[in-house]
Amino acid sequence: MGVAFVTPYTLFLLAFGALPTLYAIYLAFTKNNAFVGLDNFVRVVQDYRFMPAVGHVGLYLIVWLISLIVLVVLLALAVHGVRSRRLSTSVRFIYYIPGALAGASSVLLWLFVLDPSVSPVSGLLNLLGSDSFVNTIQIDRLPVVLAIIAFWTGAGGWIVIMYGALNNIPNEVMEAARIDGAGPIKTALFVQIPLLRKWISYMVILSLAAGTQLFVEPRVLSQASRGVVPQDYSLNQLAFLFAFKQNDFNGSAAISLLLLVVALGLSVFFVFRGGLFERD
Amino acid sequence: MDPGRWLGRALIWVVMAAFVVFFALPIVWLLLAPTKTLRQLLLDGPFTVGSFDGLLQNWMDLTSYQNGLIWTWLGNSAMYSGLALIVTLAISIPAGYALALTDFRGRRTLLATTLVVMLIPNTALVLPIFLELSAVRLVGSPLSVILPFSFFPFGVYLTYIYFSTAVSRDLLDAARIDGASELRVFTRVAMPLATPVIALVGFFSFTGNWNNYFLPFVMVPGRKAPIQVGLAELLSNVPQFNPTNAASTTIDLPALALGTLFSVAPVLIIFLFSQRFLVTGMTAGGTKE
Repeated sequence: MGVAFVTPYTLFLLAFGALPTLYAIYLAFTKNNAFVGLDNFVRVVQDYRFMPAVGHVGLYLIVWLISLIVLVVLLALAVHGVRSRRLSTSVRFIYYIPGALAGASSVLLWLFVLDPSVSPVSGLLNLLGSDSFVNTIQIDRLPVVLAIIAFWTGAGGWIVIMYGALNNIPNEVMEAARIDGAGPIKTALFVQIPLLRKWISYMVILSLAAGTQLFVEPRVLSQASRGVVPQDYSLNQLAFLFAFKQNDFNGSAAISLLLLVVALGLSVFFVFRGGLFERD
Repeated sequence: MDPGRWLGRALIWVVMAAFVVFFALPIVWLLLAPTKTLRQLLLDGPFTVGSFDGLLQNWMDLTSYQNGLIWTWLGNSAMYSGLALIVTLAISIPAGYALALTDFRGRRTLLATTLVVMLIPNTALVLPIFLELSAVRLVGSPLSVILPFSFFPFGVYLTYIYFSTAVSRDLLDAARIDGASELRVFTRVAMPLATPVIALVGFFSFTGNWNNYFLPFVMVPGRKAPIQVGLAELLSNVPQFNPTNAASTTIDLPALALGTLFSVAPVLIIFLFSQRFLVTGMTAGGTKE
């Protein structure tokens, strides 16, 4: 009987999980329906735009992940230390609310914030040596800019999650630390952060997987910046160009597959090594 | 309290307050900008309030763009996310229930696959799904958005966790002994208990799909696009960002800001109403992008 309940879902899983993956594998290893081995992969990797895109995404990931780990943990600890419940709830909610503006909306809002002529923080932008929008989004500044946008939309959710995890630390443990004479910093370093480790690794793995997929932010910035941000800044943009501009579905499938393997690898690693499957 | 300790505490408060400003400032700005004229936006202070007339003018500018294209986009978004929400609930809730409380062959395999696929960012499958749907000539049809939107393994996982922790098998067995059929056990016993998880899955499905850009961007361009894709198109008709664009209809910055506000309004309202449960940590794991 259970089978009847899961059948519709299983069909969707096949149609929009398994089948597209298999089809992408098929396309990536063929050309005009003939098996070509690794030709498609060699072609896209040797494309002059491929390595720069890898570099862009890599640099962005480094900046973003480091700031995510440091600031999310710090802010979660700080909010958790607030005694007034109302204040703590309000602060968490304010941190969380930009999550409502994911996708193109958040990038659009940040276009305004980054444009010194209308920005609410134009003074700060001037201070950082930027007098125009084009100047703010110079290619060497982009990893930081993109990391700020991603942090703004996504960090609040993680702060709330870490806060929840901190709440789950038994009172006796915290009490024992206090009796042993540990101040807030020592408690954080030797008690709280080690107990957060599972959630931190969950955050890093999901963010790493999502970050490699970078698409909408550089895409909208590119549209807004008269090409200062190139159309092929990230790998997903490049895969998009292969499919839509060059009509090269095989090349596009090859890039997509490379990205999918990274995401799949991280996911499988976390599910089976990170203990997510233990609940069953 | 010793001065070092006091200084440390003050520092923490400063950092916390600075991030309140960082997260809230752009949103406050977004609420104010649509009330201004372009001139006010460029010359006045960023946190001044414009006028009601200014808001009205921007409203007219935005809604008259291509004869109210913005309403078409918003309508598309509502249709895509709304229909996907219904399908998602109809397939995820029974599936999560069956994974948690029934036994069948392949249960563990299905569960493991669900966990793995759930952690893959949905952008990773966009181009493969596009290639697949273009092979079956579905690209451009509303189904090409609604069907992939309705595949939501995270919802199945949430339902599974909920039923396996909050509902006991004994309760269901009691109903079975009373002679209830499996379908009846599900609809009369399990479903009434499932309200919280239905709300949770609905929340993530709707907000995630409303904000999705990449998938509809490749599937349904132009008039069939949802607001997220439309908004980016609006951007290319803003002279400040694209001076070379020779389009006859242009959009000014304040109207673009109003459009941005339009595009996030439904989700922002849902967030405000779900405030209580959003900050309690119940959303653990829910920030999959």
